[in-house]
Amino acid sequence: MLEIRGLAASIDGKPILKGIDLVVPTGEVHAIMGPNGSGKSTLSYILAGREGYDVTGGEVRLDGVDLLTLAPEERAVAGLFLAFQYPVELPGVGNANFLRTALNATRRARGESELDAVQFLKLARAALRDLAMADDMLKRNVNVGFSGGEKKRNEVLQMAILKPKFAILDETDSGLDIDALKIVAGGVNTLRGPGFSALVITHYQRLLDHIVPDRVHVLAGGRILRSGGPELARALEESGYAALGLEAVGEDVAAIGAS
Amino acid sequence: MSATLAQTGLPSRKLEAWKYTDLRPLAALAPAAAPEIADIAALAADLPSFPGPRLVFVNGRRAASLSVPAPAGVITDLATGGDFAPFAPAPLAALNARLAQDGAAIHVPEGLDAGTLALVHLTIAEDAAPVFVHPRHRIALAAGATLTLVEYAGGRGVYWQNPVIEIMLAPGATLRHVRIQAEDRESFHTATIFVDLLAGARYDAFTLGLGARLARSECHARLGGAGAIAHLAAVQLLRGAQHGDITTVVAHDAPGCASRQTVKSVVDGRAHAVFQGRIEVARAAQKTDGYQMSQALLLSPDAEIDCKPELEIFADDVKCSHGATIGALDPEQLFYLRARGIPEAAARAMLVRAFLIDAIEAVSEAGARALLERAIDDWWEGAR
Ligand SMILES: Nc1ncnc2c1ncn2[C@@H]1O[C@H](COP(=O)(O)OP(=O)(O)OP(=O)(O)O)[C@@H](O)[C@H]1O
Ligand SMILES: [Mg+2]
Repeated sequence: MLEIRGLAASIDGKPILKGIDLVVPTGEVHAIMGPNGSGKSTLSYILAGREGYDVTGGEVRLDGVDLLTLAPEERAVAGLFLAFQYPVELPGVGNANFLRTALNATRRARGESELDAVQFLKLARAALRDLAMADDMLKRNVNVGFSGGEKKRNEVLQMAILKPKFAILDETDSGLDIDALKIVAGGVNTLRGPGFSALVITHYQRLLDHIVPDRVHVLAGGRILRSGGPELARALEESGYAALGLEAVGEDVAAIGAS
Repeated sequence: MSATLAQTGLPSRKLEAWKYTDLRPLAALAPAAAPEIADIAALAADLPSFPGPRLVFVNGRRAASLSVPAPAGVITDLATGGDFAPFAPAPLAALNARLAQDGAAIHVPEGLDAGTLALVHLTIAEDAAPVFVHPRHRIALAAGATLTLVEYAGGRGVYWQNPVIEIMLAPGATLRHVRIQAEDRESFHTATIFVDLLAGARYDAFTLGLGARLARSECHARLGGAGAIAHLAAVQLLRGAQHGDITTVVAHDAPGCASRQTVKSVVDGRAHAVFQGRIEVARAAQKTDGYQMSQALLLSPDAEIDCKPELEIFADDVKCSHGATIGALDPEQLFYLRARGIPEAAARAMLVRAFLIDAIEAVSEAGARALLERAIDDWWEGAR
């Protein structure tokens, strides 16, 4: 279970998150929608432990563990996974080596034995097949020269291999073609179960047609302004944030909401 | 003795070529006679694990029992002092000439592909320190001959290893020269290499500098025959208070020659890296293709690099370029790796490896490459 209580954070003194309360019970998938610049990626990064944010209040617990005091790698091995909105290119780092190092770091932390190159390749090839990715993706440098959609698929590949207990997917659907969207959604759905929960950040209903969320939250101006069932996403798709009065609170976010 | 050393010509920083490397800590040492090692066989564990023929020198003396004979046709002999006429001024080479000890004389006859030969230097100065060693090696490849020479220098204790290597490449000869400097972190290592290339000869060098308190690798390559090619690549990994200096001088004396000087420096702690690269193009050396690149990765705020490129061009139809980059690890890349559960130290190591990978992959000989990889892994182990 992920519990976010009163989370407030700023960047260079400018408040971005203004008190987020959000609970994702184990086994559930929640969606977050919200206008550009409303703080969705900021929330994801803060959960994953990126530097550069001042957490000015609140707390985050994953199955009772206080996440905010942990280093990024400790959060990851505790079962948190962030599929980046903008995956990072790593020239000179082979994808297979990267994935195996990450998997073995995770396995070590869980007290499991490390996989050798052969065992890893077997596992990775199966994961690639499930995501309809070519084997040569393993030989290439991480995300270097990948198309937008390939980068997103590579994020989901990492998730499939690392098997987190809590995943945050930050606009993993953007840049995906129609078939890839279904494949990626399938990748998330296979993980769904009693030991897995996720926050799916998206701008579009079409992803939520495939990954049907238990709850939908609207984040605007650094706050959760409304929560509801899957029908909330459909209502937003039809009429937009403004029509539902969800684009802005306070003058500082009005400008963002309007952009 | 330090006064004597200074008198015999340790260069001072007033010399332009020594502006960034200060030898005073070396001048302060009073050398002891290199001890005879009674139990040479016990040193087998200190040898790099490298298959094939090798020449081993311990404290400057040839250790026949640790050596493995060279392939048929290759002459390996003892070279000693004597006539020495370097084509470029080099004070430490001059000092070596005065004090020269044993060295290898390697000759590969015309047209022979002699495979791979290792040249290993161990300096053991634990009991009587400091030990000074001035080996002199001569390597001559006759026309069309080929050799891969893998040089390794290591040891224990406080010592100064000051080798000079003279290389003669006859027309069409190819020497691949891989050098691994993994000396004790208390030691000094200064190497001076002279390479004379005749028409169509090729010299492919890769130097890895990991050890020593102060190290300098100085290479002078003279492209004296048309169509000769020299590639001087170097990687240095420095931490703590290490000082590492890569100095290369390429003289284009003949037309249609190509040279590349590529250096990557990874600098941590308070370490100090130096790269001085010089391309000299004589009036006759038309159609010269010269390239020089220095890339540095500074891992700490106190790490330093001095980079001095020099081009001296007297021909008019030439292509010469140089560049330098200095950077730090990218925090976004570091975060991405850590967000996947990779601990910070391992993530940093992965990114440093990524920085070095093209330089290391350019070393094609599998045994030499494995040795390089292992030496770099050991360096990381030591960094923790
Ligand atoms: N490093 C930064 N420095 C300054 N401002 C920043 C920084 N990172 C984010 N912001 C600001 O914080 C706000 C929230 O950004 P964030 O990326 O979280 O939005 P988002 O909801 O993910 O938007 P999108 O839907 O476009 O992805 C924006 O106004 C953005 O400009
Ligand atoms: Mg975003």
